[in-house]
Amino acid sequence: MPDTIDADLVRRIARLSRIELTDAEVHTFARQFPAILDSFEKLQELDTDTIEPMAHAIELHDVFADDVPHESLTPDAALANAPERDGDFFKVPKVIGDSQ
Amino acid sequence: MSVLNLSAVELRDALARGDVSSEQATRAYLDAITARDETLGSYTEVLTERAIEQARFADARRGGGEAPQALAGLPLAIKDNLCTEYGRTTCASRMLADFRAPYTATSVRKLEQAGAVILGKTNMDEFAMGSSTEHSAVRPTRNPWDPDRVPGGSSGGSAAAVAGRLCAGALGSDTGGSIRQPAAFCGVVGMKPTYGRISRYGLVAFGSSLDQIGPLTVDVRDCALLLGALSGHDPLDSTSLDRPVPDYLAAVDRPIDKLRIGLPREFYSDALDPEIASALQHAAELYTAQGAEVVDVSLPHSRIDVDDQGNLSSYAVACYYIVCMAEASSNLARYDGVHYGHRTSRDVDDIIDLYSRSRAEGFGDEVKRRILLGTYALSSGYYDAYYNKALKVRRLIKSDFDAAFQRCDVLLCPTAPTTAFRLGEKVADPLTMYLQDIYTISLNLSGLPGLVVPTGTSTAGLPIGMQLIGPVLSEETLLRAGRMYEVASGVSRLVPPGLEFKVRG
Repeated sequence: MPDTIDADLVRRIARLSRIELTDAEVHTFARQFPAILDSFEKLQELDTDTIEPMAHAIELHDVFADDVPHESLTPDAALANAPERDGDFFKVPKVIGDSQ
Repeated sequence: MSVLNLSAVELRDALARGDVSSEQATRAYLDAITARDETLGSYTEVLTERAIEQARFADARRGGGEAPQALAGLPLAIKDNLCTEYGRTTCASRMLADFRAPYTATSVRKLEQAGAVILGKTNMDEFAMGSSTEHSAVRPTRNPWDPDRVPGGSSGGSAAAVAGRLCAGALGSDTGGSIRQPAAFCGVVGMKPTYGRISRYGLVAFGSSLDQIGPLTVDVRDCALLLGALSGHDPLDSTSLDRPVPDYLAAVDRPIDKLRIGLPREFYSDALDPEIASALQHAAELYTAQGAEVVDVSLPHSRIDVDDQGNLSSYAVACYYIVCMAEASSNLARYDGVHYGHRTSRDVDDIIDLYSRSRAEGFGDEVKRRILLGTYALSSGYYDAYYNKALKVRRLIKSDFDAAFQRCDVLLCPTAPTTAFRLGEKVADPLTMYLQDIYTISLNLSGLPGLVVPTGTSTAGLPIGMQLIGPVLSEETLLRAGRMYEVASGVSRLVPPGLEFKVRG
């Protein structure tokens, strides 16, 4: 079932998670993850073939708000915590070429 | 008489009578914070000037003869993952160290609309991920009963502030036990209400299908007071329940006739500290003496297994950590170094670099660990084995509760397997830390309410708390049952050592 957790797999998950890890962190996580994932394996003991998944304990369906205009944050309020802004826009560094 | 000696209900009444002004009460708490919080570390930010201003406003309003408000002039504290337009909302994370929220959480707004004074924001495990408050990027909080021990977590700051008499009550949040376990460790009352009872609007999201806000107080009546002010439907949170809010405070002193108390046999195993088991047995006897019937019930999917080496395992813990890590990895994707929060100052080659370095610098170990594992559990090829499997087990766990509540009104359970542990004892071993939650998480997975009430102290002098669990929207029953225990046992408002002369004086 699960892959063997090694440094390479931790690096791959970190890339998917958009978190840069130091080598020391990679090795700590590679050491800790097997026991945690092993504890998750316990669920495989249970036969759940006929059980419906339950994403929410209190099932509410089709909750609609009235379709009326209301005030929302002003651009200044929405941008107040931005690390960098340009007028009414969030600013990011120049991106050249393709990202992965 | 010191105002710190009063419960929130008593202080509210003293304020209403004019025996004490809100400014006097607020200053008494602010002075206590100045004197004692450097050691305790329960606050991340104290809002001194604003609190005094709010207190003066409450005093002027009372002097003007307006109708009294439910919490008029009462000084409270709120966990630092609740957004406020004033001060900072940091989640005890470097990521949000300078974050100033553009709006205020509905729960906090409701406290203020009821006249409360907000003393400050309380410390927590970063983004509410942890069971000891050692994962705070600010500093660890210490337990008022023993400074070498943790206050529990993640709402450890709120629990320590209430136990240390540094506020008249506090708000916490509970995703897997984060109100209840610290309440037990610090000897205070704490409630996780039914999912949706209190609006989550403005609560920084961690596990959205599990998160719920709730009060921490010195006794059960105070819990009823705050719960009443906080509950109700909010159009800004589509998961909040549109159901009437009972007058909890008016009901709390009414004992329940022929209460049926269920003891889930899976929770009374070798995994439980014998002193806690005996405290719970004593509680069951007190209920029986008041005409309650004790019944044996079973929660097979919340079972705790112990192997030959003494290692614990549990379906509920596995299910919970998969669900909460998956939800966390998704919720915390919003911290990208672009919209708000920390941005790296290092040079970056591309936008992925900007995200990855900002997140690397902004998040602490436990948050990284959960995002990574959650991402793994949701990744292509593993989704069915982990996340989808966990959602199915989640239904089995909830069905066990439904069956148990056919036979009883409330469940009497432990809160945590031990009393407060030492700082540093578990922080290097994440799985051991996760197992702190074996008695609390099933209820978040099932959306049910739970109330923790102190039962006294262990031979080592550390608080023990019992947990009462009820069906959906049974908060009134839980509060009445909790109050019955306080009255019958005479155990209420535990005071940590060293505070007696200040508080009782």
